[in-house]
Amino acid sequence: MGSYDVIVVGAGHAGCEAALASARMGNKTLLFSINLEAIAMMPCNPSIGGTGKGHLVREIDALGGEMGKNIDKTFIQSRMLNTAKGPAVHSLRAQADKHQYHTEMKKTIEKQENLDVKQAEVTDLIIEDGQVKGVVTMTHTYYEAKAVILATGTFLKGKIFIGDSAYSSGPNGLAPSIELAENLKKYGMNLRRFKTGTPARALASTFDYSKMTEQKGDEKIVPFSFMNDKLDKNQISCWLTYTNENTHKVIRNNFHRSALFGGQIEGIGPRYCPSIEDKINRFADKERHQTFIEPEGLDTEEMYIQGMSSSLPEDVQEAFYHTIPGLENIIITRPAYAIEYDCINPLSLKPNLETRDIKNLFCAGQFNGSSGYEEAAAQGLMAGINAALAINGKEPFVLDRSEAYIGVLIDDLVTKGTNEPYRIMTSRAEYRLVLRQDNADLRLTEKSYRLGLADEERYSKYLDKKKKVDEERTRLESTYVYPGDANDFLEGLGSSPLKNRATLAELLKRPEVTYENLKEIDKDREELSSHAINQLEVQIKYEGYISKQLTQIERFKKLENKALDENFDYEEIEGLRLEAIQKLNQIKPRSVGQASRISGVSPADINVILVYLEKMRRKKQ
Amino acid sequence: MEDTIAAIATALGEGGIGIIRISGENSKSVLKKIFKPANPASLENRKMAYGNIVDPTTGKIVDEVLCVYMKSPKTYTMEDVVEINCHGGMVPLRKTLELVLSNGARIAEPGEFTKRAFLNGRLDLSQAEAVIDLIKAKTYRTFDVALNQLEGVFSGTIKEIRKKLVDILVNLTVNIDYPDEDIEQITYEKLGLDLSNVLDDIEKLLSSADTGRIIREGLAVSIIGKPNVGKSSLMNSLLKETRAIVTEIPGTTRDTIEENISIKGIPVKLTDTAGIRETSDVIEKIGIEKSKESFNQADLVIFILDSSRELEDEDLEIMDLINPEKTIILLNKIDLIQKIKKEEILEKMPGVTLIETSMAKRMGIDEIEKKIVDLVYGGKISQNNNVMVTNVRHKDILEKSRQSISDAINMVNLHEALEFIEIDVNSAYESLGEIIGETVQDDIINEVFARFCLGK
Repeated sequence: MGSYDVIVVGAGHAGCEAALASARMGNKTLLFSINLEAIAMMPCNPSIGGTGKGHLVREIDALGGEMGKNIDKTFIQSRMLNTAKGPAVHSLRAQADKHQYHTEMKKTIEKQENLDVKQAEVTDLIIEDGQVKGVVTMTHTYYEAKAVILATGTFLKGKIFIGDSAYSSGPNGLAPSIELAENLKKYGMNLRRFKTGTPARALASTFDYSKMTEQKGDEKIVPFSFMNDKLDKNQISCWLTYTNENTHKVIRNNFHRSALFGGQIEGIGPRYCPSIEDKINRFADKERHQTFIEPEGLDTEEMYIQGMSSSLPEDVQEAFYHTIPGLENIIITRPAYAIEYDCINPLSLKPNLETRDIKNLFCAGQFNGSSGYEEAAAQGLMAGINAALAINGKEPFVLDRSEAYIGVLIDDLVTKGTNEPYRIMTSRAEYRLVLRQDNADLRLTEKSYRLGLADEERYSKYLDKKKKVDEERTRLESTYVYPGDANDFLEGLGSSPLKNRATLAELLKRPEVTYENLKEIDKDREELSSHAINQLEVQIKYEGYISKQLTQIERFKKLENKALDENFDYEEIEGLRLEAIQKLNQIKPRSVGQASRISGVSPADINVILVYLEKMRRKKQ
Repeated sequence: MEDTIAAIATALGEGGIGIIRISGENSKSVLKKIFKPANPASLENRKMAYGNIVDPTTGKIVDEVLCVYMKSPKTYTMEDVVEINCHGGMVPLRKTLELVLSNGARIAEPGEFTKRAFLNGRLDLSQAEAVIDLIKAKTYRTFDVALNQLEGVFSGTIKEIRKKLVDILVNLTVNIDYPDEDIEQITYEKLGLDLSNVLDDIEKLLSSADTGRIIREGLAVSIIGKPNVGKSSLMNSLLKETRAIVTEIPGTTRDTIEENISIKGIPVKLTDTAGIRETSDVIEKIGIEKSKESFNQADLVIFILDSSRELEDEDLEIMDLINPEKTIILLNKIDLIQKIKKEEILEKMPGVTLIETSMAKRMGIDEIEKKIVDLVYGGKISQNNNVMVTNVRHKDILEKSRQSISDAINMVNLHEALEFIEIDVNSAYESLGEIIGETVQDDIINEVFARFCLGK
């Protein structure tokens, strides 16, 4: 029933970005969801962004994705985290109105040209000659496609655990997808079980806010999307409270009733968001654990109890939640649960997120072993772009580790693999100083425009900002001030006076001087946007560190640009160790740089490969 | 862009000259920092320049040298190459190499010049295999060294330092990546203290492993044998021959004597171990233990037998312990009636170097000296070679780590942002890992999750 260029299975954060990217690049696209009410659903925390994750959202936006715009439309509180630290780790996070987030995304998808959306459960793929040709739904309806993107999230063979009960289910009470998992295995896909969890929700009116600490949003809201210069909104607060010895006692006394310790759960959960029973078990001497009470939206009474996911039985859940100050009388609307699901080992994917064994079959999101809405969206976008490129016979679009957090995320997944749901962290990025959230547009818009994804409006906005920043930087670096003109200003700031002339840029490098206060001795300058000012300050103030990192990147690129044939058999290279041969043949890196990051491949092996490549090059001549 | 590498290109030991080769983009700038040419206008492409190597920090002259700068691509590696012809002697050679390393180059891996030459298109195809062999050999050799040092105090100390750095890095990481968690905030005060502590450790290591210790200490030669076989006579003969006594240090035990001499330019540390049968049973055991230790630490063992006496169990026991590869056996007192036959020894230790001597008649001393020189230059004593290269490498890494940590401390004092400080701390952590072959990057992130309770 219908023939498409690209079909996307699953309409979560990965699926939505994948479908929009493919359609925006001019391909006839179909997006499936088991339930259209699950489009861009946030089944866990009601927030977008945070450390590392905020960087991803900025990059998704710069590449023409939707997540940044959608959260800007629907946020109810916004905070820039880490402002006490340097610019590279400033991270934006916003609380979302979950329902609105879903409806706004649904609207965008419904209005998108070239994009159809359909409620149906995909149960099988059509595969001919090692190439995917379409999908089959539960109702035995066939859809043809040139490429298929799997973004099944936690639906694939989903199983929910609460206490000693376990039942087959997708997230949030939605139907799971069972048959598809069986069929994927049939096609030789390497599936495994991961686990995650979510805390309880409770009625807002039943909390005692006088016992908790209020956490307000920032006064000055920084938008996620580079398309928005300014946002104004009344913000809603979150609330902070802590567990205590009583909480821990209740939980400890009921360890045996947790699905987690009962051995029923086989899936591997992430270490960075353990359930509360896991926290108390592993960190026994920690006296308290914090929890933020976060609103789920404006048109709902439900509150999210952050940090408190659990697979304990409902009576135990109620008992321990009630020991927490402010939560003594809460009425729980949805219990906490753990969910286990099928996902693939991402080592079987190429860096463009295509499966190595089935041509034109792409994978994205939690299905690839990641965790988090932002990680999912980032992969969805890249899978969408690459599916579009593949069916149009174009080269893959791969970002490397020096270009984007998206590059770090995907390279980690497909090169190093993961043993738990993978979460991005700024610490995973070697070139953190360059991969800032403030310059994601400068890093990526040009690329996106060339792909036909960023529209004219975004592109001209980017060009304009770039031009203004560059011009102003040149002006600051070539405009001299003299001691007589600057010293009153400097002394006023408690900064040491000048002995000789200095450029405005040199003054701006001083910690006391900001672009804003520099105006006092630089009166005739043009006004700039806050995005541009921020960019200038970072570029000038941290020039030394940044240029050091740029040198490292140059070195990194050398190996990264040495291409390797993805069909190459490493047995042919003499001098490689056996372990290296096995790993290289499993992962089939696309560059020597990627090969060097595979665990089990030593620097000596890389040297052997380099010598081999040079040998081959000369033989060809 | 490749980094700039350097190494001693000539054989170790006291040759007429020693050459240090530097290759890479910064070759010339490294040279300029440490070379004061007699004629400031010199240093043209492919022209020998005469002048002094001067330590830029102290202003002291290290050696009188000839330098040549060769511009790419017409060089061995097809990169910019500098060669410094040092004025002979290992001490100035090593000192010059150290200056090169602290002024912008890093120590080359074995075979790295050749590898670069090949990758840059200089060598012909038939040499590719040889390059691979070099790389492979390098892996094995590194492995050997790593194994030896695994047991050593040195690698233990490096591990301790890295443990401290892990603590610091884990705290930095968790503070940077989990700003909203209920965790202890890192303070600049604590961070500064912790880093100073690490800096002290590195300084200590550096001072102990300082300035060509091996070279100053020389080739470690251990003289063993029963009492009255002629150990002291040998010692005296070698000393008289050379008349180059540097110091005389009483040994660490009352029975061991050390002498530093120079044999044909090779610095040698002679150790005269206690005679094995000199004492009662208990002490004898200690003596054997002591001797064993001495064999193991020595680069060369000279085992003296009194050829006028029959071979005894003790002699055989020693022969079982020693490695023929790095042993010279002396059949002494050949002027007396012979009770031991040459063949008898060679049968027990095939391939061992055997010299017939008479200390009383001063026979065979020249031959001993010649053998020592051959062993050093012929590469049979590879262990010493290894230790030395490794030490230069270690020193290079330790110095760079010291620099990183003191940069980090400066930033702490300026209250710079944590992520900048993290860069330097991390680079020290990774460099030190290279010494002991641990460079896994994910271990910090693993530690973060193991130590902190973090949750969404």
